[in-house]
Amino acid sequence: MSALRLYGHYARISVRAQLAYPGSAALLMLGQVLNASAMFAGVWSRFDRFGDLRGYRLAEVALFYGFVNAVFSMADAISRGFDVFGPEYVKTGEFDRLLLRPRSTLLQLFGHEIRLSRFGRLVQSGFVIALVDLPWSPVGALVFLFAFAGGVALFCGILIMQATLSFWTIETLEVVNVISYGGVEAAQYPLNVYGTWLRRFLTFGVPIAAVSYYPLLTVLGREDPLGAPSWLGYVSPLAGFLFFGIAALLWRIGVRRYTSTGS
Amino acid sequence: MIAPYFAPFAARFQLTLQYRAAALAGFVTQCWWGALKIMVLAAFYGDSDAPLSLPQTISYIWLVQGLLALSYWSADPELIHGVRTGAIAHDRLRPVDTYWYWYARVAAWIMARAIPRLGLMVLMAGLALPACGYAEWSLRPPASDASMLFLVAISIGALNSAAMLALVGAGVVATGNERGVGAFFGALVLLLSGNEIPLRLFPDWAHTFLALQPFASILDAPLRIYVGDLSGAAALRAIALQVFWLVALVLLGRLATARSLAKLEVQGG
Repeated sequence: MSALRLYGHYARISVRAQLAYPGSAALLMLGQVLNASAMFAGVWSRFDRFGDLRGYRLAEVALFYGFVNAVFSMADAISRGFDVFGPEYVKTGEFDRLLLRPRSTLLQLFGHEIRLSRFGRLVQSGFVIALVDLPWSPVGALVFLFAFAGGVALFCGILIMQATLSFWTIETLEVVNVISYGGVEAAQYPLNVYGTWLRRFLTFGVPIAAVSYYPLLTVLGREDPLGAPSWLGYVSPLAGFLFFGIAALLWRIGVRRYTSTGS
Repeated sequence: MIAPYFAPFAARFQLTLQYRAAALAGFVTQCWWGALKIMVLAAFYGDSDAPLSLPQTISYIWLVQGLLALSYWSADPELIHGVRTGAIAHDRLRPVDTYWYWYARVAAWIMARAIPRLGLMVLMAGLALPACGYAEWSLRPPASDASMLFLVAISIGALNSAAMLALVGAGVVATGNERGVGAFFGALVLLLSGNEIPLRLFPDWAHTFLALQPFASILDAPLRIYVGDLSGAAALRAIALQVFWLVALVLLGRLATARSLAKLEVQGG
């Protein structure tokens, strides 16, 4: 059985398990829509109050906002296994069982759960993006999809790194949320609203700007007010895949170091 | 009368204080969050005017982050655990009023998380930032004469927060888990307490409603007193409204708790 088919199998089981309680699944999804809408109401009222944001209109910021939220909800939907890795796999010794199976541990953890509720937020983000009156060109659409894939890879990479730390700490380190949730919060707005230190961190440290800001400027057909070259948006999403690769390497180091804690 | 409720309060307070690593991690997260929100709002302000000046908004945001435990989006984890394991059956056996017992516990949990983090936030945003030359981004001292009123208002705000979470807790008991209630409550509390943005920055037509709704009495009203947006008679009116909501939330919470306990199904074994 190929890895992809195995993953499909995991996904089907997880979805079916959640649909066993259709009311609960629907409510959780609705809750995600409400939460995301409440946050967007905050963005909207900032524009209602202040007009524009350093030359960006609400419609343009809506693209930044919708994009990064869509990326994150997708990553969040498929990487639940890494989110709970410390308490549910390391602390309990459950990880031993994954190691016994002749399959990649990363694949098995991606198969832990596909969280349907996160698709509520994905749909909400889709609506926000649909509000943007964009002159979609085929090239723009391709850049958008490329950036989306790079973004999902990047956020999965962050969650894998968070899980990797659990090999040392046993617990889940909530401080990493600063980078995942905090990165989403930061990427909802164009990069030029931030100070230099944060712009550098979001470009070179955890390259969230490389998967959102630069490619979205290309999609919008805008020049970077900070003077980045216009070709950058076509290639920068690669940084997301690179980041995922580094996270996978660190994961291997962590697995090699793992000693069982359970009984 | 109060003594049997003070014991669980003190116990939970001291226990929560022990989680120093969690407090530090929370503090780091909230500093980062505050910095982000302030940078974004400062960019929005530019040269334009708003009902709150930029320095007022900056102080407001640092305090929201320091007092995050007051605008929390989930019921007491101990209660959630009790519902899941069936331990709430023990709570029903205690010779005390169950509502006030849970209220004392959740109030202690809120306050023991808020006080150390607020202290750290005052040190960081109020003292360290100006000392490092970032005075324009710092938490300013309270508006003149506002200190006492702020202390009163924020204390009532903490009691309101506990009453709100006790009400949410009744919902958790009634539905058997925290997810359904939490999904809706989280959006409300983040938007309406002033956590997402100061309520004054919402469109003007919404002001009356926003000032009257119960979540404003948790965090927004005390913070408006702190930054001097509410003073004199207006501040006293806001405090009166806080007291009204405290009474209303407690009555509602007692009613909801009584109803959910009447139909209680204990899980676990």
